[in-house]
Amino acid sequence: MSESKIVDARDTFCPGPLMELITHMKQSNVGDTLELLSTDEGSGADVPEWVNKVGHEIISNEKIDGVWHIKIRKAK
Amino acid sequence: MRILVVGGGTGGTIVANNLARRLSGEIRAGKVRITMLSASDKHMYQPGLLYVAFGQMMPDELYRDQASLLESSIDFHVDPVEQFQLDKKQVKTKSGKVHEYDILVIATGSRIVPEQIPGLTEGAETFYTEASAVKMFKHLREFEGGKIAVVVGVPHKCPIAPVELIFSLHDFFKARGIRDKVKIKYHYPIGRIHTIEQVAKWAKPHFDRMGVEYETLFNVKEVDVENKVVKSEEDTETSYDLLIAIPPHRGMEVIERNSLGQGGWIPTDRYKLTMNGHDNVYVLGDTTNLPVSKTGSAAHFEAEVIAENIASIVKIGTPVRDYDGKVYCFIEAGHDKATYAMFNYLNPPDLKEPNKPMHWFKMSYNKMYWTSVRGLL
Repeated sequence: MSESKIVDARDTFCPGPLMELITHMKQSNVGDTLELLSTDEGSGADVPEWVNKVGHEIISNEKIDGVWHIKIRKAK
Repeated sequence: MRILVVGGGTGGTIVANNLARRLSGEIRAGKVRITMLSASDKHMYQPGLLYVAFGQMMPDELYRDQASLLESSIDFHVDPVEQFQLDKKQVKTKSGKVHEYDILVIATGSRIVPEQIPGLTEGAETFYTEASAVKMFKHLREFEGGKIAVVVGVPHKCPIAPVELIFSLHDFFKARGIRDKVKIKYHYPIGRIHTIEQVAKWAKPHFDRMGVEYETLFNVKEVDVENKVVKSEEDTETSYDLLIAIPPHRGMEVIERNSLGQGGWIPTDRYKLTMNGHDNVYVLGDTTNLPVSKTGSAAHFEAEVIAENIASIVKIGTPVRDYDGKVYCFIEAGHDKATYAMFNYLNPPDLKEPNKPMHWFKMSYNKMYWTSVRGLL
């Protein structure tokens, strides 16, 4: 059964939002959904770039009150 | 009040010593008891491993007897915890002994798991253990030229290490007079050469100056040891003559076995440093699931907050301050210069150009660590 999880990487410079996301993706199963929260301005572009390159799926990507909410489904 | 510290690394040792000093009166009066349980009677200065890998420190310089680092009032046992029974406020150790507590501090650290990546254990050098650092040095010393590939697993301890490694490789082969025969290629998991944007911007012109090639968005998938090729999750590959890996890490097995946190990382409040749902359980260092660098520096600053708060709980019944995410990392930029990155949750680092005094400060700190971990610095 697939799970949904929030990865709260707001206000972090190291290891940073994308590195946090990769860590959590490695711990997840195919089909799981992760929602990354990030205050890093670059996340809106950086995260989809990696997700698309590695072959996972972006479900949604929006900025709400200064926080990026990026939902990803683990595809492989 | 029974305070139990599980783990005798940087974080646990600073918490215990700091508390023993703050609560010396209460301990003498028999109102407070501090116990530490550790898996080892030795304490290792882990940042020294990078120096061992380049022949600049000997392994025996990395160790002290753990008991010699602790305040005499701390009840220290080499007897690792096997069961955490948080509902009963007790732990059970390998020897079968049960320790009850009122406040628990978990500082069990992390471990490398190169076996998670096929071929990495057999095919790559690394420097995250004493044996592997010595082996890597011998390999570097015998290396007469060719292509070195550096790859980085996720997550990993000491996020500055990959960058320091590159500077050290450049200076090492330059000193041997064969830098022109060695091609260095650096691979990094995200879309720039370091996770901290300011470090990436600072390091990039230095990588260019040193002639270091780099590939970003490269997450190691497997190593073809026979053909000397490392492959990425992103479907790219690099051939090599010598592969050096920053191995991926996990939390300790005892944390996973006791279902305290996925991957061995315990869910922790980023300000209070308490385990989520357990106000009497503090977590620090590599053991937390916080989006904070897994470094001795983070453990040190977290330890000071935890010790101050536990002492104030004993004295006035309430904690007094929050952890602000502070981390201070030296960055060795080769064998004779260094800089540093200091930041917290809200303020990014402001990197200065590397200089010799900062390198000598770092070399001094390698000795001063033993004062620091005693809680005196």
